[in-house]
Amino acid sequence: MNNIIEFNNVTYNYSSEDADYIVLKDFNLNIKKGSFTVILGHNGSGKSTLAKLMNGLYKPQSGSVLVNGINTLDEELDLKVKSTVGMVFQNPDNQIVASVVEEDVAFGPENLGLPQEEIRQRVDSALKTVNMYEHKNDMPHKLSGGQKQRIAIAGVIAMLPECIVLDEPTAMLDPKGRQDVIDTIYKLNKEHGITIVLITHFMEQAKYADRVLVLNNGEITADGTPIEVFSKPEFLKNSGLDIPQTTELIFELAKKGLNFKNGIISVDDTANAIAAALRK
Amino acid sequence: MLNDFTLGQYFPTNSLIHRLDPRIKLLLTLGFLILIFCATNIYALTLIIFFVVCLIFLTKIPLKMYVKNLKFILPILIFTTVINLFYTNNGNIILEFWKIKITDYAVVRSIFLSLRIVLLIIISSALTYTTSPNSITTGLESLFSPFKYIGLGRAVHTMTMMMTIALRFIPTLVEETQKIMNAQKARGVNFENGSLIQRIKAIIPILIPLLISSVKSAYDLAEAMESRCYNGGENKTNLKVLKIQKSDYLAVLFFIICCLIVFLFNIVF
Repeated sequence: MNNIIEFNNVTYNYSSEDADYIVLKDFNLNIKKGSFTVILGHNGSGKSTLAKLMNGLYKPQSGSVLVNGINTLDEELDLKVKSTVGMVFQNPDNQIVASVVEEDVAFGPENLGLPQEEIRQRVDSALKTVNMYEHKNDMPHKLSGGQKQRIAIAGVIAMLPECIVLDEPTAMLDPKGRQDVIDTIYKLNKEHGITIVLITHFMEQAKYADRVLVLNNGEITADGTPIEVFSKPEFLKNSGLDIPQTTELIFELAKKGLNFKNGIISVDDTANAIAAALRK
Repeated sequence: MLNDFTLGQYFPTNSLIHRLDPRIKLLLTLGFLILIFCATNIYALTLIIFFVVCLIFLTKIPLKMYVKNLKFILPILIFTTVINLFYTNNGNIILEFWKIKITDYAVVRSIFLSLRIVLLIIISSALTYTTSPNSITTGLESLFSPFKYIGLGRAVHTMTMMMTIALRFIPTLVEETQKIMNAQKARGVNFENGSLIQRIKAIIPILIPLLISSVKSAYDLAEAMESRCYNGGENKTNLKVLKIQKSDYLAVLFFIICCLIVFLFNIVF
């Protein structure tokens, strides 16, 4: 079994009095173990719903979501699903439970009913992983947004999940905090082998991924490596997304007749590519 | 206005009193409060005053912090003292005008009462100054834990969870209020001037956005807690387990000695 999360013909809609608002219809998706997947999409594309279906917060109306082969509809195994797939949300303030950092990180393991020594050891190692160990006795509201978000990540990794789903974790952060959080996520994937599903609207974050999905009106409109997806800038624009400025620059220059190879995303690569193209 | 707001007014000076088990501190505070009202004569009360002065020194928190709290209740203190002067007719009349008589007994009673209130405030301040809100919550949960044997375990857990979250969200709400106030000020709402009714009306544009954002936060928090395997506290364990130490036994012993001396004074004098 290679997939940690499987969506099989999932349909999900919000029902209101007037009409049913369909978010996902006959949706299929597999997330491979150990992968780093970035899901892009504009507001209202169904990104958050997709995230919340992944750990059973939302249950599909038809079809099934399997986490390590366990159906999220299975109430008995609900805790198993939630401890396998951890969730990090957008607003760091609204996901911290306790008023001391280490007590907050301990919240997940405490709920799992682990013995005290085990909780202590997990809390310490989780805080060290996100580089927040020296803040363990601080009060969360005194920390910066990026630090709070890393505490939230530590709270999730203390449950030793196999997969972490992050729903726009950097949307409310400043550039420094954003980079710290992204570096942490990258490290979790590469060093700890945790499967990452990162939902974002920051295009430049997609360059860390093995796989980029573009979601538009509840449908996957592009699926591939970052290089494959970003080599079609006009298509991205049609999905209501901003493409990275570097990609757009390259694309516009290419239209004017300069030659580039595909898949240039980072600023350094772009600078080098433009210099090389001008020298020709 | 909101910037100097400190909740629970905890001062981490790490004194001997700070390191006591919160359960012991809660029980001893309750004990001392009862003891204050058990001291029926001035000698016993003087003894308690002496104990309380020792307590203030032991907490290593500046005296002016305690005085600050006393200032807060000064109007109530003066009011009760004055009322009590006229309340009793026993004893020798020392002052009489119109229909009002003040007796020596009434004066002693009022002094007693005001001293008791002052001691009450100091002792309860000492508790909140030396115990973090979190420890108080953990202490209360532990003290109420016997309720689980009569099927109220869930209720106790829910209460403490509510306290924990309330404490956690107070700074966040203060921040939010400040933001909303600034936003409304920028739209021309005047909070400082105008009649009382106008100023009360000016609060409404703060309260409504605050309420909406709180409900939204609560919803988000519930999802985050659920994602972290919260299921109403069943089989929940704790990172920090309270342990009674030698100093806690000493504190209890000290309290028992206090009680004995106070009762002895009550009988002897």
